[in-house]
Amino acid sequence: MRIGDFKETYAADEAVFRTGTVRLWLGLLGLALAVFPFVAGEYLIYMANITGVAVVGAVGLNVLTGFTGQISLGHAAFMGVGAYTSAILTTRLGLPFLLTLPLSGVVAALCGLIVGAPSMRMKGLYLCIATLAAQVILDFTFVHWESMTHGIRGINLPPPSIFGLSLAGGQAFYFVIVTLAALAVTACRNIFRTRVGRAFIAIRDRDISAELMGINLFRYKLYAFGVSSFLAGMAGCLLANLLKVVTPEHFPLQLSIQYLAMIIVGGLGSILGSIFGAIFMTVVPEILRSSLGLLQGLDPQIMRYLFPLQTVIFGLLIVVFLVFEPHGLAEMWRRLKAYFRLWPFEY
Amino acid sequence: MTLLAVDNLTLAFGGLNVLSQVSFTVEPGQIFAIIGPNGAGKTSILNCIGGFYRAQQGRIFFDDQDITNISPDRRAAMGLARTFQNIALFRGMTVLDNIKLGRHAHLKTGLLSSLLYWGAAQREEMELRREVEESIIDFLEIEHIRNQPVASLAYGLQKRVELARALAMRPKVLLMDEPVAGMNAEETEDMARFILDIKEERDVTIVMIEHDMNMIMDISDQVVVVNFGQKIAEGNPRQVQSHPEVVKAYLGEKRER
Ligand SMILES: Nc1ncnc2c1ncn2[C@@H]1O[C@H](COP(=O)(O)OP(=O)(O)O)[C@@H](O)[C@H]1O
Ligand SMILES: [Mg+2]
Repeated sequence: MRIGDFKETYAADEAVFRTGTVRLWLGLLGLALAVFPFVAGEYLIYMANITGVAVVGAVGLNVLTGFTGQISLGHAAFMGVGAYTSAILTTRLGLPFLLTLPLSGVVAALCGLIVGAPSMRMKGLYLCIATLAAQVILDFTFVHWESMTHGIRGINLPPPSIFGLSLAGGQAFYFVIVTLAALAVTACRNIFRTRVGRAFIAIRDRDISAELMGINLFRYKLYAFGVSSFLAGMAGCLLANLLKVVTPEHFPLQLSIQYLAMIIVGGLGSILGSIFGAIFMTVVPEILRSSLGLLQGLDPQIMRYLFPLQTVIFGLLIVVFLVFEPHGLAEMWRRLKAYFRLWPFEY
Repeated sequence: MTLLAVDNLTLAFGGLNVLSQVSFTVEPGQIFAIIGPNGAGKTSILNCIGGFYRAQQGRIFFDDQDITNISPDRRAAMGLARTFQNIALFRGMTVLDNIKLGRHAHLKTGLLSSLLYWGAAQREEMELRREVEESIIDFLEIEHIRNQPVASLAYGLQKRVELARALAMRPKVLLMDEPVAGMNAEETEDMARFILDIKEERDVTIVMIEHDMNMIMDISDQVVVVNFGQKIAEGNPRQVQSHPEVVKAYLGEKRER
C-alpha cells in the first residue's frame, strides 16, 4: 500500500525514487542481478549480456530520437565505430579495456557530431536520410578500409581484462555490462532532471518556441547526437569484447532499424521504456526460436517453414502490440503500477 | 528612457506587404497595447521583436542595444519573453517542467554536470524548484495542476501556464499575443488582474495585443492602432478611442457586425 505519501519538501518531490517501497524493489532488483550469473547457465548469461548491450544502445537512441525527436537510421553504424575503435586500439596499440571503452564512446561521439551537424538545417525525414547516408558510408568504410578494418574478415580481439583480472568468461563480463548499463541508464535519467533534458524535450515538442525560450537549437541537437552516439560507441565496444570479433556484418542497417523498433516498442521518450524495449527485442525472438524449435522433433523438414515463420510472428507481434499500446511497454508498466498502487481500492 | 523601440519596420512575404514602416517606442513600466483588425499585422510585429521574423527594413532596439540581427534565443536571454495567440506550450511535459523551461537561459548546468546530477547541478534545480513554486506557481494560483501534463488542461488554464512560463524567463519586457482571447468573463478578469500585478510588482513592461476593448481601456497606458500593416494612430486609450481613423477602421467595423 502506497497511498498518501505526502511530499513534504521539494527535494523529496524531485527525487527519482520517491518512496521507500520503490527503493526496496530497486534493491531487490540489484540483488537479483548480482545473483543471476551464479545460478544461470552459460546460455542465459550470454543472453543477459546481449540484452545489456542492447540496453546501453537503446537508451542512447532514445535520448536522440524519443526525447529530442531526431530520427536516426545510423545508430548501428555508430556502434560499429565504437566496436572497430576498441578492436583497433586493443590489437594495434595494446590499450587496456578500461581505456578503449571510453575512447570507443568518444570516437563514435565525434562521428555523431559530424552526422548531427546537418540538423542545423534539416528536420524530420530529411535528417533521417542524412543519418541513413552516414550508416551506408560507415558500413562501406568498415568493409573497404582494409588496412584498418581487415575488410569482411574483421578483427579478432583478445579476451578483455581489468587490472590484470581476466574477463574471458561470460560470467565476469556480465558484471561489466550490467554496471555499464546501470551507469548509462542513471546518467540519461539525470539529464532529464536538468535544463539540458528539458531543452531536448522542448525541441522535440515545438522547436520554434524552444528557440524563443532561449534554447540554442543547434547546440542542444548536437548534445543529443553526442550523447546518443557516445553510448552507441560504448555499446559497440562491449559487443566487440563480448563476441571477441568485429566484422562489418555485425552493424548493418537492419540493426539500426531494430534499435528504432526497440525504443518504439518500449516507449519513445522513456528511459524505462528503452530497457523494456531492449529486453523485448532480444528475448522474445529467442523464446520464439526455441519454442518453435520444440516442434522440430515432429518432423525435421518443418524448420524450413518455421524459420521464416518466426520472423513473421515477431513482426506481427510488434504490429499488434503497437496498435493496442502505441505508447509502448513503459506506458503499460505505468498503468500496471497505478493499478497496484490503489489496489485493492480500484474505484 | 526608452526600453523598446521599433523603428520603421517593413516586412513582406512574397508580394504581400505585411508591415509598412511601423514605428513606436515603449517606455519602462508601461502596459503597451497593440490593437487592430484581424490580419492587420499585429502578431507579425511581435514576431519581429522576438526575432522569429526578420524584417526587410527597419531596426529594433531593446535596452539601448540594436537587436535587429540577434538570434531569438539570445533575445530571450536578454529579457524578452513571449506568450502566443495559439498556445505554444510543450505538450509532452508537465506544467512544472514547462515553467522551469522558461528559466533555461538563466541556468548554468551543462551537459556533463547534467549526466552526473551532483553538486551544483542539483543545487541549481532545487533552487529553481523553490523559486518557481514561491514566485510563480503561488502567484498565478496553479498549485493544483503543477504535476499535470499541459495537454490535459482547459484552455484558460493553458493560457495561464503559458504566462507562468514567460514569467520564469525573468523578462524585462513581456510580449503577450491576445492573452484573453477565448476566455470567459471570469477568466478574463483574473488575467487582467495578473497582468496589472506583474507590471506593478515585478517591474515588467508589457506589450500586449488585444481585441477586448474593455480590457484595453481598463489597464493599458499607451495604445498603438495598426491596420493593413500601417500604424494609423497612437495615444492613451481615451485619445485612441475617439480617433476618427480608428473609429472607421476598427471600432466602426466592430459596431457594424
Ligand atoms: N509567415 C507568414 N507567411 C505569409 N504570410 C504571413 C505570415 N505571417 C503573417 N502573414 C500575413 O500577414 C498578415 C498579418 O498577419 P498577422 O500578423 O498574423 O495579423 P494579426 O495578428 O494582426 O491578425 C496576414 O495577411 C497574414 O496572412
Ligand atoms: Mg494575431
